[in-house]
Amino acid sequence: MPDLDKRGLLPAGVDSPAGLATRLAQVRYLADDGLATAAYLGLKLHRPLFCEGDAGVGKTELAKALAAVLDAPLIRLQCYEGIDASQALYDWDFPRQLLHLRAAEVTGAGDHLEAELYDRRFLIARPLLAALETTPAVLLIDEVDRADDEFEAFLLEVLSDFAVTVPELGTIAAAVPPAVVITSNRTRDVHDALKRRCYYHWIGHPGFDREVEIVRLRVPEAAEVLVRHVAAAVAALRGEGLLKPPGIAEAIDWTQALAALGAQKLDPALAAATLGAVVKYREDAERALAMDLSALVERAVAGT
Amino acid sequence: MSAAGGLDAVGVVVGLGRALAAAGLPVGPDRVAEAVRALAELDVASRADVYWAGRLTFCASPEDHLRYDAVFATLFSGARPVQRRRPTMTVQTVPLAVEASGTDDGGEDGEEVRALHAAASRTETLRHKDFATMSAAEKAALDRALAAFGLPGQHRPSRRWQATSGGRIDPHRTVRAVLRGGGEPYRLYRRGHTTRPRPVVLIVDVSGSMSPYADALLRFAHAASRRRGGGRTEVFTLGTRLTRITRELSVRDPDTAMRAVAAAVPDWSGGTRLGTLLRDFLDRHGQRGTARGAVVVILSDGWERDDPAELGRQMARLARLAHRVVWANPRKGRPGFAPLAAGLVAALPHVHDFVSGHSLAALEHLARVVVGADARSVGPIREVRADA
Repeated sequence: MPDLDKRGLLPAGVDSPAGLATRLAQVRYLADDGLATAAYLGLKLHRPLFCEGDAGVGKTELAKALAAVLDAPLIRLQCYEGIDASQALYDWDFPRQLLHLRAAEVTGAGDHLEAELYDRRFLIARPLLAALETTPAVLLIDEVDRADDEFEAFLLEVLSDFAVTVPELGTIAAAVPPAVVITSNRTRDVHDALKRRCYYHWIGHPGFDREVEIVRLRVPEAAEVLVRHVAAAVAALRGEGLLKPPGIAEAIDWTQALAALGAQKLDPALAAATLGAVVKYREDAERALAMDLSALVERAVAGT
Repeated sequence: MSAAGGLDAVGVVVGLGRALAAAGLPVGPDRVAEAVRALAELDVASRADVYWAGRLTFCASPEDHLRYDAVFATLFSGARPVQRRRPTMTVQTVPLAVEASGTDDGGEDGEEVRALHAAASRTETLRHKDFATMSAAEKAALDRALAAFGLPGQHRPSRRWQATSGGRIDPHRTVRAVLRGGGEPYRLYRRGHTTRPRPVVLIVDVSGSMSPYADALLRFAHAASRRRGGGRTEVFTLGTRLTRITRELSVRDPDTAMRAVAAAVPDWSGGTRLGTLLRDFLDRHGQRGTARGAVVVILSDGWERDDPAELGRQMARLARLAHRVVWANPRKGRPGFAPLAAGLVAALPHVHDFVSGHSLAALEHLARVVVGADARSVGPIREVRADA
């Protein structure tokens, strides 16, 4: 891949991972050193970022934050089983082609019909092609593990050259490769060849202080005491061996719910009423209710 | 990429790459080049930058991260390398001369027929012989029998399309044909959904009570995981710990695969904590998607050291996630077997099919159950005494 530019997609004024982390914090995304370094290198060297981690740790949010920092549109490709080129890359607009054909018959202009029918204007750009044609752009390939492996091979081809060949039209290459974030929930192993094209980063659950910071950034209307209580309770829930341990997304949801009810701190009655925001299984809810939430919060807050 | 302040990105990365390769990470020249390129953008003198540049480029899974962290700590802080305890599993290999006897020097017709007959009945005996009583030579023959084995999951409709003669109209092909024909709609093309095999998850118990069967069952898992025609197979071992061995089994040669498995599994012939480990499996792999809609096969005798109630709870969870749960118990093949092991009693209410798995024939039966046949309708397994 030719490196035409020295800066890649980095926004002006950013020349270190820490600088990028500051910009991300301005759009309310707190990245740790590893993630900031990964994103910095990814933007500078035009490498896709491959993010794995539990659900709700902020993989998809990263792409949104990058789009905000770069002031670029976020183009999202949600993967699912059976996804293929006509849904991910491009498709021909058949109804319009037919209309054009009919119109050409009526007016009698049929000389270059074949070439006209397969013109760029009849091509519908799906997310991958749209990302190649937009500069700058952030391309989010979400939950790639849901797609099947044929799709991976095809993705590999697009991501290695940042170009697409349409048989009827020729090759469409990106002027500047988009910033690419690929996420996976690890329901299966994605092929090594695809990972090798990317920087691989595992996003884990944040520590207590970072979680408080993140939630405060995301839910500014919540009282600090409440946020600390929620972070402590969520951390305790994670240690409980639940079926679905709450992620940072659930902590934010819960805080939002509590703040909306006007809570200043986490009391057991309110916690029980809003538990649906943070645990998503009946068994988990039973266990959470069996825990003495107030004692737990007190202990956790005292400990920090 | 030149020397910066006495430190050279290439030198640092190559040194790191060598150490990582020695620790078993797949370090190729492409990854080294990638790491050099990444580090050149950062500060070679900063330990944190070297750490992240290497970690982002050399690792491809959380397991890699553990190894990477250990190697990095050793290399850059002089910590002593962590010695992994070598497992004590022996791989049996036998030269391929056993089956060839009787058919070598041609001879008369009668001779040949008799030899063929003998070979056939030997195969038949082998098919029904309990793995626990097999000799090394018989195991070699078993290997060859297993090589032809596949374990496709039950089929289910997929989202992919294929051309069919009836069904819904395929707008793409129909309109393409219209365009080719100058605008005349002369034929309607149809399409329907394809089917795909469901993923299969094999969970092999390698605890002490299963040790007579572990080798054969892992070889079966190896053959099954190399299945053709799409669909995934994931293989795990259970003992005192849960180990994912899908990667180790992905090599073609069974003996090489068995050696890789032996090196990867730390808990051969230990105790069994089925409930706890099943929870581990569901937390770390199953609920994320590995077990969702899959056919899950547990190969175990159900001897549980811990509380069987936990096993019951986790089996209920598994049964809700999986399409089908099959329990294969090699001891079921023994005459007079009754499911009395506490773990088994707790697990059986959540199991869709309960089969044996002590012989080749039993594994063939298991394979038919996995592909979707009813365990009862495919017929019982003929019992052969150990001395047959």
